[in-house]
Amino acid sequence: MNSEPSKIEFHPRTHRFAVIVMGCTFLLLLAGALVTSTGSSLSVPDWPLSYGTLFPHMTGGVIFEHGHRMIAGTVSLLMLGLAITLQRVESRKWVKTLAWTAMGAVILQAVLGGVTVLYHLPTPVSVGHAGLAQIFFCLVTTLAVVTSKSWITETPGRLTSSKPFLPKLAAVTVGVIYVQILIGALTRHSGAGLAMPDFPPAFVPSEWSPLVLIHFCHRVGALVVTGLVSFLVYRVNTVAAGEESLTRPAIAAGFLLWLQLFLGMMIIVTEKAVIPTSVHVITGAALLASTLILTLRCFQLFRKEDLRQRI
Amino acid sequence: MVGPKSLTAFQLFARRSWMTFKIFLTVPLTTMLILSAGCASKSNNSGAGPVPTGKMGTGLIQGKVILTGKIPDPVMIRMDADPLCRAQHPGPMPDESVVADAKGDLANVLVYVQDGAAVYAPPSTPVTLIQQGCRYSPHVFGVQTRQSIEIFNHDPTLHNVHAMAVTNDGFNVGQTQDAKSEKSFSQPEVPIKIRCDIHGWMKCYLGVFDHPFFSVTGKDGAFKITGLPAGAYTLVAWQETYGFSSPQKVNVQEGQTQTINFTFSAP
Repeated sequence: MNSEPSKIEFHPRTHRFAVIVMGCTFLLLLAGALVTSTGSSLSVPDWPLSYGTLFPHMTGGVIFEHGHRMIAGTVSLLMLGLAITLQRVESRKWVKTLAWTAMGAVILQAVLGGVTVLYHLPTPVSVGHAGLAQIFFCLVTTLAVVTSKSWITETPGRLTSSKPFLPKLAAVTVGVIYVQILIGALTRHSGAGLAMPDFPPAFVPSEWSPLVLIHFCHRVGALVVTGLVSFLVYRVNTVAAGEESLTRPAIAAGFLLWLQLFLGMMIIVTEKAVIPTSVHVITGAALLASTLILTLRCFQLFRKEDLRQRI
Repeated sequence: MVGPKSLTAFQLFARRSWMTFKIFLTVPLTTMLILSAGCASKSNNSGAGPVPTGKMGTGLIQGKVILTGKIPDPVMIRMDADPLCRAQHPGPMPDESVVADAKGDLANVLVYVQDGAAVYAPPSTPVTLIQQGCRYSPHVFGVQTRQSIEIFNHDPTLHNVHAMAVTNDGFNVGQTQDAKSEKSFSQPEVPIKIRCDIHGWMKCYLGVFDHPFFSVTGKDGAFKITGLPAGAYTLVAWQETYGFSSPQKVNVQEGQTQTINFTFSAP
């Protein structure tokens, strides 16, 4: 980055396109969450066609499952368009590589979606589908960030950080949130969502089973994420107060964290009602994205000398 | 090749992230591919199985299934999710998870010989499962291993028939109006749930046996199992809400009738 700024041009249309792809991917995550929450995952038994056609009669669970497929198809086409656009206009090779990697990820994601339908939702494949969805969302979020004007015109390495080093803390937080999302996906697809039916009185279960263990891990993960995100927000506001490119995603992450905890509680209280369960999935994605943006910005803004010593 | 010392901070981060990403992507994907291959190569349980040796007799077991305690009010279902279903049932419909009259006569209970029967060849006549009015008929039924099940969709809407078998291979087939599918199971299994993922209220259950000695109670709670050869048998009843009954032993003689009753308790 530091050696490139003079060569990089800002392409406002390309950036807007990347933001649109990011927004559509977020909607796709919501559509996917609704498929599972409404129990519609197998309402269309064939793949890649739906009831042998491109557009079946939209009714009941078919609305959610086929709707998910249609939105996924749209996002795939948009991603292809974005990758081609970046290939043409972008001077940074790694950005082009990132775009084509995202394209590959969305194709792979479609295949995983097909496999999980054809094999009647095997848990590892369903969890993989959910995990890859988040990776794809992270990739398009990164593309939206690195094509922005503020990223291209920013002067890299103008801030310093004492221990704990902020970029490293942010990166660790992203990793932990992703692991927590994977555990959440396992909780969801293994049917462990209500394995511990009370909240919060019995945090530690009195009886153990594999499903209780999965559920318990997700609750412990929530505590770890809460601690990490809270500390990260605190550090951003002490080390980089006034840096809006850092404080904004940090504040967003703080807000999303508490919303996510509330939704997690509501899932138990409402016994997995469709709305809190689905919103819990996309709030997790939004939390991951906001900390990812914060991480990218941190690595750009903090001194490279510090980075070389610390990462 | 650019040496590490000339890398910028972000490039360092990007390089490490890319390596992590590859690991995160490669490991789960390899695992999933192996698992998928496992799913694909899973036995379809279509082997010949035990050789049928059973011969029909003239013994008969009959009886009733009674529900004690407070008979639960039926849960009402609405078919608003699909206008084509709602058009056939504009008002709420009772679900069939507990169908009992005021006396406690319990319908839709599968009563079957659990132990004591030999293995019998499947009959050539198929069992019929019909989707009509966005419901399954019959709601509970039994079949023999490798006996054909003909599934019809008489509704003007889509249905998927999703058999959630554990011992047997499950299936999930989509049916448009007037479609017909033919399926069978090769291993004994009780119960197998069949559901429609499009219409969440649609479900039915079946039991698969390697003999013909099973029966489903009617509205009067009565059942009758015919054609038993002389011998000692263990009978069990299964109901979708209350599960399995305690087993009951009975000795059957040729040409004679034995009467046994099962009781379930409503909480």
